Amino acid sequence: MAQVRVTVDGVQYVDEVEPRMLLVYYLRERLGKTGTVVGCDTSNCGACTVALNGRSVKSCAVLAVQVDGGEVTTIEGLARDGQLHPVQKAFTECHALQCGFCTPGMIMQAVDLLGDNPDPDEREVREGIEGNLCRCTGYQNIVRAVQSAAQAMKPGVPAETPATAAGVTP
Amino acid sequence: MTTTAEPTTREFGKSRTRKEDARLITGRTRWTDNITLPGMLHLALVRSPVAHARITGVDADEARALPGVVAVYTAADLGLAEASLPNAWPITPDQKAPAAPPLAVDTVHFAGDGVAVVIARDAATARDATELVVVDYDDLPPVLNMEEALADGATLLHPGLGTNASAHWVFDSGEAGTGGSAKAAIAAAENDPDAIVVRRRFRQQRLIPAFMEPRSVVVDPSGEQLTMWSATQIPHILKTLAAAVTGLPEHKLRVIAPDVGGGFGGKLQVTPEEILVLAASVKLGKPVKWTETRSESLVSAHHGRDQIQDITIAARRDGTVLALDVDLLADMGAYLRLVTSGIPILGAFMFNSIYKFPAYRFACTNVFTSKTPTDAYRGAGRPEATFAIERIMDELAVELGREPLELREQNWIKHEEFPFTTVCGLEYDSGDYEAATAKAKDLLGYDALRSEQQERRDRADPVQLGIGISTFTEMCGLAPSRVLGSLSYGAGGWETASIRVLPFGKVEVVTGSSAHGQGHETAWSQIVADRLGVPFEDIEVLHGDTQISPKGMDTYGSRSLAVGGIAVVKASEKVVAKARTIAAHLLEAAEDDLEFSGGRFGVRGTGKGVTIQEVATATWAAHDLPEGVEPSIDADATFDPGNFSFPHGTHLAAMEVDTETGRVSIRAYVCVDDVGNALNPLLVEGQVHGGLAQGIAQALFEEANHDEQGTLVNGTFVDYTLPSAADLPSFTTDRTETPSTTNPLGVKGVGEAGTIASTPAIVNGVLDAIRHLGVTDVEMPCTPQRVWRAIQAAQGRATQEPPVDTHSPGAGLGSIDPNNPQEEEVQ
Ligand code: FES
Ligand code: FES
Repeated sequence: MAQVRVTVDGVQYVDEVEPRMLLVYYLRERLGKTGTVVGCDTSNCGACTVALNGRSVKSCAVLAVQVDGGEVTTIEGLARDGQLHPVQKAFTECHALQCGFCTPGMIMQAVDLLGDNPDPDEREVREGIEGNLCRCTGYQNIVRAVQSAAQAMKPGVPAETPATAAGVTP
Repeated sequence: MTTTAEPTTREFGKSRTRKEDARLITGRTRWTDNITLPGMLHLALVRSPVAHARITGVDADEARALPGVVAVYTAADLGLAEASLPNAWPITPDQKAPAAPPLAVDTVHFAGDGVAVVIARDAATARDATELVVVDYDDLPPVLNMEEALADGATLLHPGLGTNASAHWVFDSGEAGTGGSAKAAIAAAENDPDAIVVRRRFRQQRLIPAFMEPRSVVVDPSGEQLTMWSATQIPHILKTLAAAVTGLPEHKLRVIAPDVGGGFGGKLQVTPEEILVLAASVKLGKPVKWTETRSESLVSAHHGRDQIQDITIAARRDGTVLALDVDLLADMGAYLRLVTSGIPILGAFMFNSIYKFPAYRFACTNVFTSKTPTDAYRGAGRPEATFAIERIMDELAVELGREPLELREQNWIKHEEFPFTTVCGLEYDSGDYEAATAKAKDLLGYDALRSEQQERRDRADPVQLGIGISTFTEMCGLAPSRVLGSLSYGAGGWETASIRVLPFGKVEVVTGSSAHGQGHETAWSQIVADRLGVPFEDIEVLHGDTQISPKGMDTYGSRSLAVGGIAVVKASEKVVAKARTIAAHLLEAAEDDLEFSGGRFGVRGTGKGVTIQEVATATWAAHDLPEGVEPSIDADATFDPGNFSFPHGTHLAAMEVDTETGRVSIRAYVCVDDVGNALNPLLVEGQVHGGLAQGIAQALFEEANHDEQGTLVNGTFVDYTLPSAADLPSFTTDRTETPSTTNPLGVKGVGEAGTIASTPAIVNGVLDAIRHLGVTDVEMPCTPQRVWRAIQAAQGRATQEPPVDTHSPGAGLGSIDPNNPQEEEVQ
């Protein structure tokens, strides 16, 4: 057993974990952060993506002990003060999810991508989320959502973009 | 009153964003694997690494000794040695079906077949312990090739059956009286100088559904009823059949499908694992969970497609089609699962597609091989049929020197000919192939692309252009129960809905459909909002739990809206009828004098009225109801469709092929689908996008490959190459709307359309780009290597055989940098 001290979604935890425990299982099974999911066993699908110290990582490719002293943000901690993150909003407005299983990872990856490149073109979005598989959407609306979130996040655009009337897209 | 503002506009046709999203984008989801119960144990399977072998010994001592391991069981230990997983579709009276125990009893029949289960206090220990179970195998020869499996002297996978053929099923329009004899018409055409006969063999490779959420099962044996949570598309069917398989009384089992992460037919199954978790939980008296790993999923969850198609078409030299003859070999894999045997039959009535064939014959032989069982995968039989007919129409066009779209139009059903009874005896409800095609041509810039194609050919451009065409139809809304009965399917095709109006006017809609990404909560709310005149937000849709939604036939076969949605309409109508009686009483008016609109019963010609919410409250209080009227306006309805619906569309793919590297890219993809009236265009478009991705993946990327020992060689996401965002383009999608005449909403079905239509469009496009080089076929998936080899062969240049079939790993377009083609891809 090894000790890990980590802040997850703003809450600090100190836990004894088995050295072989992967971060994703620590999040899911020890902390109950079941919003982050496991889609594969080869680190290919990206369903488990979270932010570690501000950068996206596949939490199935990181050991829990490796995040000692670090800060993790999962999909459950992305909304702030009851306000959805612009990427979350864009995902629903653009119908960028169907079953929603890939969605937590996809959103976390998109947030990371926009941190690097605030105004990506279609190709850049597609390449930026290449490590996250979605079987439902064909990616088209995901690409649209990421680009639309980029617009919403531009400096000067009020964070409180009113949701389109009654949840209906134009 | 607690009612919110009355809705002012019609919900039908509105692109509503989804109410299910709020929980999915914040991680507030209930996947089966999230469930943790006190004292819960974890199950893992010991799976056979070999395809075909006798089990001569199972030694679990070391596994049992591992701390944390609670038990190791074989089928006999669980009382399941005699149990058999169900096959619900005996397609012929003499269909041969082997016993399909949840764990292999003395022989394993595919690599991945379960041999024993380990139960431990945590999942990692259970998995570790599976490695310690020593199973001795006496190898038997694998059965891998369908034609060899049918030859005399072949190794028999199930010797007790005396053959590797499960069934032979034939439809002949001559015998059925729905058309002429195809054999006779083809024979006549062969001797007629004014006619032509074209024969081709196509291969439908084996695919893996690869839903993103791995399967998971939890069973809790405490309480009066056993509760099973499963990542399934079919909680109701599962309840009925799990009870039948285990001998548990059906009223003692509750099945819950919580949030389910995709299915695509892959979760339309009664799985060995569901039965094993159930049996182990009962035996131990403790909750038990099993969640598969992805690698386990790829090898053990059922596969799809896998057919060899021999297609013969006869036509007059003027292009008029005369007959179609289809001979299929369909790979069942090792066992018949739930509808394995029926999948090719779902395609049997679709090969003739939109064309007016006077004679048609379909024959299919279902064959056992020592591979993972096949079963439904998005489209289930219809993609296979559509691929074959759309490929052979192109071949016919080539043979006749005709423009392929014109040849299609010459033969398709014209819009004024609907309803049209096909050579299979199906009545197509409605359609307008001309309109969809005109729109698609326009969106693609068809004529300009044809000119560009010619220019590129003329100047021998290394990158050639092809236009792939697929004008398709499909049958949706599975299914009229009498049709299922006539095909010997084991159940009906109806769907149910109940509507409960709560005391203060909020509404609960209970549906037998079981969504796993489709957006039923949104769509059904839209239907009910229109029918009852209550706000969209005031409606809650409940599903996927046999205790809440006690009856249902679940979700598959593009049936939910066209069948389940109609049940919702019918239940709504009953609610309004019941409410009308009470409203009339409250208003002291005659029922006939009431008009219902916008959620309010008004007395014609007066300002008097009462809302449906007020009626609900009054009904709940029940202080003042008309004599003999029950205090409820709730209602149930069950809808059995009178006919299928037949969506259609025209898909056009502009494909570029680099003749020097074999690299294929999609320059433009246009589709115009006609799915009848669109309840929610946003959801329709999403379904089309996702469907296209899966159909294109079959054409270009995916195949489950086996080595000579019968082991799946690309059984992880490293090498089973699902397309990523970088592998796909943006699609241009549009619609025409020809209302269905088989249901009151005029809706058809959309879940499978994109998958069904796109595969042949892509392959036809690839071939159209390189046919002038002498290439006549490229097997799917059309990887750079295969395309390059086909070009080399057509040009008479020798190529070196690759040492192993490496086409699948890394074959995706996205894995190849266009600016830096990797030479090893084409060596
Ligand atoms: S679970 Fe698939 S990449 Fe982490
Ligand atoms: S929404 Fe289902 S996998 Fe992406």
